[in-house]
Amino acid sequence: MAGKDLTPPATQGVARPLENPIQWFHAASSVVSGKWQCRSMDMASVIFYLLATLLVISSLLVVFLRNVVHCAMALVTALLIVAVLFVTLHAPMVGILQVMVYAGAIMVLFLFVIMFLNPVELERRRGVWWGFGTILAVMLACVLTPMFIIDESPANPLAATESFGSPEMLAKSLFNEFVLPFEIASVLLLVAIIGAVVLAKREH
Amino acid sequence: MVALHHYLILSAVIFAIGVIGVLIRRNLIVVLMSIELMLNAVNLTFIAFSRYLGSADGQVSVFFVMAVAAAEAVIGLAIIISVFRHRQSLDPQEMQLLKW
Amino acid sequence: MVSPEPSSVAYDLLRWMPLIPLLASGFNLFFGRALGKQTAGALAAAAVGASFALACYVFWQLPAHGIWRDTVYTWIESGSFQVALSFQVDALTAVMLLIVTGIGFLIHLYSLGYMAHDEDRVRFFVYLNLFIFFMLLLVMGDNLLILFVGWEGVGLCSYLLIGFWHHDHNNTIAGNKAFIVNRIGDFGFILGIFVLVTELGRQGIWTLDFVELQQHVKMLEPATITLITVLLFVGAAGKSAQLPLFVWLPDAMAGPTPVSALIHAATMVTAGVYMTARLHFLFILAPATLALIAVIGAATAFFAATIALTQNDIKKVLAYSTVSQLGYMFLAVGVGAFGTAIFHVFTHAFFKACLFLGSGSVIHALGGEQDMRKMGGLKGFMPVTYWTYLVATLAIAGVPFTAGFFSKDLILWQTFSHGATGLWSIGLITAGMTTFYMFRQLFMVFHGECRVDAHAKAHLHESPAVMTLPLMILAAGSIFSGWLGAPEYLWGSRWEHWLEPVLGVSEVHHDSVSTEMIITLLTLGVVVSGFLLAFVNYRKTGAQTGSQAGGGLFYQISFNKFYVDEFYDLAIVRPFTALASFFARIIDPWVIDGTVNGVATTARRFSNIWRYLQTGNVQHYAAMFLTGALALLAYFLGQL
Repeated sequence: MAGKDLTPPATQGVARPLENPIQWFHAASSVVSGKWQCRSMDMASVIFYLLATLLVISSLLVVFLRNVVHCAMALVTALLIVAVLFVTLHAPMVGILQVMVYAGAIMVLFLFVIMFLNPVELERRRGVWWGFGTILAVMLACVLTPMFIIDESPANPLAATESFGSPEMLAKSLFNEFVLPFEIASVLLLVAIIGAVVLAKREH
Repeated sequence: MVALHHYLILSAVIFAIGVIGVLIRRNLIVVLMSIELMLNAVNLTFIAFSRYLGSADGQVSVFFVMAVAAAEAVIGLAIIISVFRHRQSLDPQEMQLLKW
Repeated sequence: MVSPEPSSVAYDLLRWMPLIPLLASGFNLFFGRALGKQTAGALAAAAVGASFALACYVFWQLPAHGIWRDTVYTWIESGSFQVALSFQVDALTAVMLLIVTGIGFLIHLYSLGYMAHDEDRVRFFVYLNLFIFFMLLLVMGDNLLILFVGWEGVGLCSYLLIGFWHHDHNNTIAGNKAFIVNRIGDFGFILGIFVLVTELGRQGIWTLDFVELQQHVKMLEPATITLITVLLFVGAAGKSAQLPLFVWLPDAMAGPTPVSALIHAATMVTAGVYMTARLHFLFILAPATLALIAVIGAATAFFAATIALTQNDIKKVLAYSTVSQLGYMFLAVGVGAFGTAIFHVFTHAFFKACLFLGSGSVIHALGGEQDMRKMGGLKGFMPVTYWTYLVATLAIAGVPFTAGFFSKDLILWQTFSHGATGLWSIGLITAGMTTFYMFRQLFMVFHGECRVDAHAKAHLHESPAVMTLPLMILAAGSIFSGWLGAPEYLWGSRWEHWLEPVLGVSEVHHDSVSTEMIITLLTLGVVVSGFLLAFVNYRKTGAQTGSQAGGGLFYQISFNKFYVDEFYDLAIVRPFTALASFFARIIDPWVIDGTVNGVATTARRFSNIWRYLQTGNVQHYAAMFLTGALALLAYFLGQL
């Protein structure tokens, strides 16, 4: 946990050049909330709840739609919303990566495979197993939630520097403490490529 | 301000929804997509903690999770293609050769 | 009765005495056939001869109060309890050494002739040498455990040699019987050793060494010592064929005659007497046990003699005679006269071996005939055998100036002078019976008309020199060996002085010479009357003249060995066999196998239930993971 600069945050209302999307966001939210002063909730919360609702809805769509392509589209939506959430959480670099890698590359790959395999039949539904699986998942959520509420981490975010979440910060970590996992990850990707080619080859 | 536990609960909910997908769906591709959903929920947790603890480690972890998720999705899809070639079906409930 | 502290000298030579026969035995085992039967036998005899030479040398060199020790290596080392493979020679051991190796050597020579036509003679000599090894281990061991190793080993060799002609099933049965009855005795023996070690250990002394035992046994309580000695005597009763464990010795006559001579007359059966003499310091402290030993000894002597009166097999008579004489030895032990008992061991070895070898000579000449009713008049055909047999018979009867006279009279005198008049009278009557049945045998075999079968008569001949020479030497010994222990009114006994350092101050009462002479004359009278009875009944006709003194019933009982074997069979063997059969047919298949198989069956049944979890459906498996994870999470949630 090195390199944590805790300089005071930019205060509202100070005239400064907006240097990154975070500041854009905070500026925007303060403007909006400034307009809607009567609201007890501030803009950040509103935006969060909006995004959260959308995310939940699109996840449910992924899981419960019958057509595969529709599911893929719902998943793309979900991934984009998660990217936005990342940005609100002061992780713009990761958010961009999410869009590029996840929503961009991986989902495209999924769509390629769907089209390649072209499964025509829609699935049958079976009642008992659906109910059982849903109940299990709900139980999981119920067990996890109290754990998270009881958690003793600071409820509000700590003060962060301007460079928090920027490529520089990420790069500094990656090439200093995490250089070994970095290298291993590249080997992993190589292995995945080769593996995929070998597995999907048509046998003679 | 949005407290940390809001993000965590959201993440838990998304994770649970992903679990439903893995357990219920009878199309392997959708199962794989549900797994991606679960991974994203975890990523959200990491980023939330990273923000709230002021540590860069969370974001670096997400970086690696993404890399691994990519690799895993690739291999998974390759396997699905291979299986489809042999069995002409994507229904996991039809693949019960290891039944007692 | 404290012996002066003996001087202990280490002497590496001692280990060679048992080692040479062992090496010869091993060599013959592997290379005997290659050597050829003649050479193998000669090698075996030479090995024992070498041991005998060493024994003589040791005997010659041994100082009066000396103990020579040779420790080979430490066998057991467990905390403060140490047992070494270690040999010792003191006066007592020296005597036993001479007996074992000397008579052993003569019998090996004899066997060269006796077993000349046997196909398996290499194996015979292997076993015989092995026996010498174990017997030497027994007499030379310096602690109770080595003695026990030798004890067991001679039991083994006895079994091997009794069942030597194993193609005849009866011989193997006899061998089994000998081994099993011995085992019963050994069980008592080893329990005695255990009690001894633990009780001494409780006092802080952990040893089985004889010298150390002698120093420390006074620490034990009298009750404990009585228990130990009784258990040890059970072992001696088994090995030395006393009541009630004598039943194996007559059956052991199924083995070749040299075996009967060496093992069942001269050496192995006397191991019990040696053991009690060696542990005399222990037995002295338990007068109750000594009384028991004396009673059993006298009873055995009497009982065996009554059976010997009517037997028709030449070797069976000698077997029961051996049991009877062993009874005498234990009678001597029982009255505390350990040196006298060893003296009788010494003389008995000579004349009994001579008798057995002589009977072997007769059997050999007759081509295997052992029934005395089919013998007679052999005096003319086998003079050397006859004269040696006569000398030995005189010795066992106790005719004056033969060895048996000195040793047996000494036993009777000791018994009388220690106050056991009842036992003495039993011994006296037994002496009469001994004379009777021995002369009966002599007359039936060698005198009177020749009742031999025609075809056997054709090749009737005197035995070769290799067999008659040992006979002559043993006959000489039957006379002169006793002269070492003459009573005071003759020329005094060198015997007790020799054994004094080991056995303590002489126990022979020399108080009233006149009483001693009267006792001797009484014995002599009984002997003469026995001789006359035999003479009258058997001299001329040489055949059984019907019922003995006491009528037909007594004859039947005596001839059938008092039905002891039948009784044991009914009372012990059959219930035991039934129990074993019960275990084999019911407990083993149903309980033990049932348990083992039951465990396997239960496991299989459970598996058959659990395997339905394997649905082959990946999503079901994922659900199971989830359930497990949920349980864990719920647990941790509870912890919070």
